[in-house]
Amino acid sequence: MTLDPKPDDRAVRLSEGSGRPNADAAPSAGSGLSTISRATYFKEAALQNLFLVCACVAVAGVALIFLFVGWRGWPIFAKVGLFNFLGGYVWHPTKGDFGILTLIVNSMLATLGALALGAPLAIGTAVFLSEVANPRIRDLVRPAVELLAGIPSVVYGFFGLVLLRPIIAKFSGGLGFGLFTVWIILAVMILPTIAAISEDALRSVPEGIREASYAMGATKWQTIWRVLLPAAKIGIIDAIILGMGRAIGETMAVVMVAGNAPVIPNGIFAPFLTLTTVIVMDMPYAAGDHRTALFGVAIILFVISMIFVATIRIISRFGKEVG
Amino acid sequence: MSDTLASHMTGVIPTDNHANKFSVQKLDFFYGDFNALTDITVGIKENAVTAFIGPSGCGKSTFLRCLNRMNDLIPGTRNEGRVLLDGNDVYAPGVDPVDLRRRVGMIFQQPNPFPMSIYDNVAYGPRLHGVRKKAELDEIVEASLKRANVWKEVKDIMGRGGLTLSGGQQQRLCIARVLAVEPEVLLMDEPCSAIDPTSVQKVEDLMAELKDRITIVIVTHNMQQAARVSDYTAFFLQEVAGEPAHLIEYDRTASIFTSPRDRRTEDYITGRFG
Repeated sequence: MTLDPKPDDRAVRLSEGSGRPNADAAPSAGSGLSTISRATYFKEAALQNLFLVCACVAVAGVALIFLFVGWRGWPIFAKVGLFNFLGGYVWHPTKGDFGILTLIVNSMLATLGALALGAPLAIGTAVFLSEVANPRIRDLVRPAVELLAGIPSVVYGFFGLVLLRPIIAKFSGGLGFGLFTVWIILAVMILPTIAAISEDALRSVPEGIREASYAMGATKWQTIWRVLLPAAKIGIIDAIILGMGRAIGETMAVVMVAGNAPVIPNGIFAPFLTLTTVIVMDMPYAAGDHRTALFGVAIILFVISMIFVATIRIISRFGKEVG
Repeated sequence: MSDTLASHMTGVIPTDNHANKFSVQKLDFFYGDFNALTDITVGIKENAVTAFIGPSGCGKSTFLRCLNRMNDLIPGTRNEGRVLLDGNDVYAPGVDPVDLRRRVGMIFQQPNPFPMSIYDNVAYGPRLHGVRKKAELDEIVEASLKRANVWKEVKDIMGRGGLTLSGGQQQRLCIARVLAVEPEVLLMDEPCSAIDPTSVQKVEDLMAELKDRITIVIVTHNMQQAARVSDYTAFFLQEVAGEPAHLIEYDRTASIFTSPRDRRTEDYITGRFG
């Protein structure tokens, strides 16, 4: 085996050549790669910190509200006991009865009724906008739905009080304040939230899936019902939970048409008081334990919305895993 | 049975006495004002594989989608001329495109399983068309997955999501899904361009098996594939941008690839453009 000496020479030369830049680690002026300037470096760092501050404001806001409400409301749990507070159904604060079970049940009744009316309507709207409407009609309907979200809640309350209540009073035989009136108002109020998010969910279903279904000989309705809605279901469930959050937290519109009696309504036209409306009704005059109890109610509302947000996060994660 | 035997024998060139499954006569197709295809006249042979070849943008996919009226779903499209399936014009007034699409199934370039279980994907079509009994559905699902050459890979994971499979498995799942509704024609729009080589092999194998009973039309960019799998080949070309595309040449695959009559076909096949 004869070896040509040349490769060895070359190897030596190469190793020498490649060794040079490594030994001289600091970039030299002639390397062709310019170094980052001090000004650029500080600008970048400053911007990063600015965004960090923005994000911290949101977190700090949540933390501060939670701490404040907790600090003001906590003593009521210590005084009457968490179990009595949550489990007692008599709310008569001037006589020392601080049971909010009635209010919790009422808030749930208002929310679930509003969802039962509003969610199908909203999902139907979303299907219409995403799958049925031609572009011209869509451009007419979508802004109208979006506008619903922008109307202040006091205007909804006013509308309910002046227009809806008399009509309901006429056919129910009562005053028209109560559960049914609240349901209708809340159903309209949550419609834009649920419709917009559901529409996004439907639109994000890949076009290929629609085509696949049509190419199998499915009708539009079959495609919507059997493929698109199931494919978008995680987003639609998110939308419904956000709608629930909106409904359970709504105060102004509800207080104007609910009648505000601290009892569980004995019918769908009976007046009732909720977790949110009790605060706005009682806060102007409440003092002492009564005031503390209202903060206690606020803690409960806070916890409920935390549960909603957590639920959405869990569902989204589950959705990703299922694919 | 003799039919089956014949098509499994290597080197048997299909005879020209295949009946026409589709007869397309003087078809023009428009996207809005743009005339995408013009004067297409072609007979698609029954129980054979026909390949559509041509450079990108030459209208072969568009033409494929005319055959099952998928273009109806795109607003602003229209066509002139006639597309006859077994002698009946599929664009005649009163024809239900939904029923047409059940008879003329389609496979797309991107595998597009539904976000549901493997089983439910394949059972989707039969359920649409009224099959309810579990035993019957089980049977259809198994048979379809077997015909689509993917049964062995999925038989133990039928409850898993269709989207968890690899791209090539997804494509064969989509083929099984279409086969479950017993189509007479299978339109395949570049079915192998987004999947792995092993799956390409399996798809080509299953095409050879299916063509005993099903008329297959495949759009492909891959000329080797066209030569391997098809009995007939149609060459489409849009010669000037903005002008409609034409059907340049249509013949038995063996003739197209060995002795093309048109200069442009020869140029394309020998790789001079496209």
